[in-house]
This record gives sequence, C-alpha cells and structure tokens, in this order.
Amino acid sequence: MIQVEHLTKRYGDFTAVQDLSFEIDQGHVYGFLGPNGAGKSTTMNIMTGCLSATEGRVLIDGHDIFEEPKQAKRLIGYLPEQPPLYLGESPVEYLTFVGRAKGLRGEELHGQVAQVMDQTGVEPVAHRRIADLSKGYRQRVGIAQALLGNPKVIILDEPTVGLDPIQILEIRDLIRELGRSHTVIFSSHILSEVQAICDRILIIAHGKLVAFDRPENLERQLLGENEIVLTTQAEPEEVEAVLARLETLTDISHQNKPGGYTQTRCKTSHPQPYELTRQLFWAFAESDIPLLELTLKKASLEDVFLELTEAKEPDEDEEEVDEG
Amino acid sequence: MIAVWIHELKSYFHTLTAYVFGAFLLCFVGIGAMMYNLEMAVSNFEYVLYFGCLVFVVIVPILTMRVIAEERKQKTDQLLYSLPISTTQVVLGKYLALLAVYLVPLCIIAVYPLIFSQYGQVYLPTAYGSLLAFFVLGAALIAVGVFLSSLTDNQGFAAGLGIAVILLNYYSVQLAEYISTTALGSLIALWVLAILLGFVIRHVTGQENLAIAVAALLMAAVFVVYQVDAAVLEGLLPNLMTQLSLFERFYVFVNGVFDLTGIFYYLSIVVFFLFLSVQSLEKRRYN
Repeated sequence: MIQVEHLTKRYGDFTAVQDLSFEIDQGHVYGFLGPNGAGKSTTMNIMTGCLSATEGRVLIDGHDIFEEPKQAKRLIGYLPEQPPLYLGESPVEYLTFVGRAKGLRGEELHGQVAQVMDQTGVEPVAHRRIADLSKGYRQRVGIAQALLGNPKVIILDEPTVGLDPIQILEIRDLIRELGRSHTVIFSSHILSEVQAICDRILIIAHGKLVAFDRPENLERQLLGENEIVLTTQAEPEEVEAVLARLETLTDISHQNKPGGYTQTRCKTSHPQPYELTRQLFWAFAESDIPLLELTLKKASLEDVFLELTEAKEPDEDEEEVDEG
Repeated sequence: MIAVWIHELKSYFHTLTAYVFGAFLLCFVGIGAMMYNLEMAVSNFEYVLYFGCLVFVVIVPILTMRVIAEERKQKTDQLLYSLPISTTQVVLGKYLALLAVYLVPLCIIAVYPLIFSQYGQVYLPTAYGSLLAFFVLGAALIAVGVFLSSLTDNQGFAAGLGIAVILLNYYSVQLAEYISTTALGSLIALWVLAILLGFVIRHVTGQENLAIAVAALLMAAVFVVYQVDAAVLEGLLPNLMTQLSLFERFYVFVNGVFDLTGIFYYLSIVVFFLFLSVQSLEKRRYN
C-alpha cells in the first residue's frame, strides 16, 4: 500500500529523518511511536506530500507522491498535528469545502459530508462555529475531513494530544473502528495508546526506524531480559554462593535489610523464566536458606521503548526540536 | 480550483472584508463623481477614475493581506498542501475570488456614466475604456498584494508592506523627478536594486548561492556598461521608475487613448506576481 524508500530529510545541518525505509500493507492499524522530535511529524508530512524529501521517495499504491501528487493524494486522508480548521466556519461548511476540493460534487458531496459527520460524531455541532467548539470536537472535525473522499489510507498525527481522558478514549475507539475499513497510521509518543490500538508498531528514534513489528513480537524478541527480585534470610555472601550455581543470571546486586534479610536483584535472559525461578527455589532449599520472597518482573513494552529510543543517543541530541 | 474559489468567496462575504472594500471604493469614486461630474459639471467620467485610483493604496492591502498570510498562521496551509489540488490551482482560485469581490462595486460604478448621460453629453467610449483599464490596474495591484501576503504569516505586516509598495508606485513618477539623472547615480541605484533582487531570490528560493550569483552578475554587468558607455545609464533610473509605474499607464487611458500595450502590461504583471506567489508557497515545502 505505502512504500517508503530511503527517506532522508535535512534542515540545513540538522538531519530530521535519516534513510528511513518501510512498507505498509493494507488493512491494519499502524502505530508510529517515538519520543518528541524523533521525526514522526516530518515523516508523516513527507508521506502526505506536505513537505519535500531531501532524498528517497514515497509510493502510495504505486504512485510517487512527488511525481503524481494528485493520484497519490486521493488515496490519503491526513490530519496534521494541529487540525487545519477554518475557525470562522461551521463543520458543515468546512467539510463541504474539503469534499469539493477532493473532487466530490452534488449528491455525492452532501452524502459523504453527512456520512463522515455521523461516523465521527460531529453532527450535534454541525452548524456551530468551529472556533466555539471544544478541542475534542475540533479533532473530530479534523478526522472527518481526512475521511472525505473515502481514502484507502488515513494518516493521523498525534490525534489524542491535548484531549481529556474521556475524549482520548473516544478518539481511540474511533481509530479502532476506522481500522476495520481503512489502513490507519497514527503517531503518538504515548506507548500505552499505541499498544492498545495497533496491530503493528513502528518505533522511530533520532530519525531512524529502530523497530517494526507486532506488539507481542516486540515484547518477546527485543526484551529477552526479565528482572528477578529475591528476599532471603541470609548474608549476601551466602546468596552469592547459591546464585553462582545457576546460569544466565547477570547484574546481581544485594541490599542488606534490617533483621538479617538480604534483598537481591538480578536479571536473566533465560528463555523460560518460570524454569529459572523453579531452579532458584530448589537451589535455596538445598542450601537450607529460607527464600522469603521471589518476584519475577516481566519486562514491558515500555522498557523496550525506552531502551530502543535511548540506546543510540547521538551527539546532536541537544539541537533536537519538536517539529510539530 | 473551483472549490477554493467558492470557499474564498464565501469567506469574504461572511466577514466584513468584501463590504469594507466595496464601501471604500464606492465612497471614494462617489466623492469623485460628485466633485467632478456634479459640482464642476465636467462630462468626463474618466477624471473620476483618475481621482479614484488613489484609493487602491488603502483598499487593495485590506483585501489581500489575509489571503495567504492567514492560512499560514492558522496552519490551514497544510490542508491545502495535502489536498489533491496543485498550488497553482490554489493561488488561481484565491485570486479569482478576489477579482470577483473587486468586480461587485465596479459593476455598480459602471452604471454611473449611463446615469450621467441621461442629463448631459458623456463620451461613453472613453468612460468605459478607462473603467476597463481601472479594472485591470486593480487586478494587477491585487496580484501584487497576493504575492506580498505569501511572504509572511502576519496579516498586519502584509498590509503594511502592501500600502508601502502601492504608495511608492503611485508616487514613483513624481519621485523620479527628484532623482539624480547622472550615470553614477544610476549605477549606484541599479546596484542597490540588484542587491534587493538578491534578497528577494534568497527569500523565495531559499538558495543563498543563487541569490549572491544573480546579484553579483547583475552588478558586474551594470559596472561593465558604466565603464564602456556611461551615457547609456544617464537618466536611466527616472525612466525606469516611470516605466514601472502601474498608475502612469492608467493615465494614458484617462487621456482618451485606449492603449492595448497597457492592458498587456497589466496582464503580464498579474501573471508574473501570481507565478511568484505559487513559487513562494511551493518554497515552504522545500525548506
């Protein structure tokens, strides 16, 4: 559906996006995840033809966005980070304009405007001035605009930023619903949000793609490491001796607790964590050391995200700006 | 293009812009008609237009200041970029909407000579010839205003710039009389113009090297001409200012000559500045 090939965007000396390549298939909800200033908005702006690329190209269903902009843009509905609304107009007037600009006429135009307003729940405020609408409604009008012309791909740039928790949930439901009939790509810097809605995640950091997979695969493949916390009634040296008999334990640290207890933290890359905790249990039992507490902390996607986006910290980090 | 045209037209008539523009124009031409045709009983309607064209200094910037600047400020230009319409269509749609707003009061003014002709001898061909020239003069100034609006995201700045440019153009012939006609004076003035052109190129294309190259080349060329035959440059600047004055061309029509080259001159100004506006909008995509 969408092919992004070796995309690079430079602003003077600053490289916002660097050699980005990925492919997006039809019919999924894609989450575009990355910290602020990672190049999400820049990439989306290039994909929708709002910005030129320094190098590389973007194909929408085979149409190059720069060579054949009209054909390519017809396939895309785009909501930029700040919804591009004419504040003095009502949603109906605004959507009629956008629909007409997308080539809709007459009955079809009015039919689609009514349909997208119904879909996004804008109908109750259809004839009020956009300037008087709440942020949630404005965002909905922005999404409605993207839906006009029935595009195959809908690209939403941080659609939930600045909304209250209820509005966020409503917008998420809406995105999930859109995902049934369209390919949806939306960006966010909030991981839980992406995890909740998407079936594919792209993680981008410092203008580079660092991961692209299903959420569960990402968790499985990229983490590997689980944390184990033990509390035992023994001296750190004794605990050390027991742990030495087991493999795959790293980063061991001890902390003395009052009353002769020791709290030990360690990490493991064991493929079956429960197998390891079972071994730990028996090892302490054989050494006659009371194991008071044993906690296995599974790493979350949050950790993957942090690890991926912070691992490769380049020097130019300070120059980074959020290109909203 | 039609979508943009309808949308812009609606917004002008929803807000005060179209009415303020129309009221100013009608008021000014009305005062002129009262003074010349009624009080002084002159039967030439073209003198009224001659008097009325000063009003462009104020009303054209009022009309054009927001046309592109406001899109940038509200970030609605992103919508225009992402829609399946080209930048040329956007600019043309906007320009034609401005022309439509301009035509409404002009149609009312077009009735005046007919009314006056009921009560005396009005030579209609010169009256309507001048009115046509008045229309294309305004159309050219509006195109300049659209370009100025595309340079900034601040409406006020666009308006101020518009007033300054049109005022300068209005008085350029009078100013030309005070300008030195020596070759050296022209040389310096042309150098300043070349540097200014360089700044415009840098702003529109964003390419510093190109701007420096063009400015340097022009300056060198002018210098060579000055060295070879200084007489060529004598009086060049005042002549140039007179030639470039949009209003000066209009006075030819007022004097009863229907000057076709003048019409083409205005039309080429329109095309040139609309082209620059498109480039200015396109440039936003490339930096």
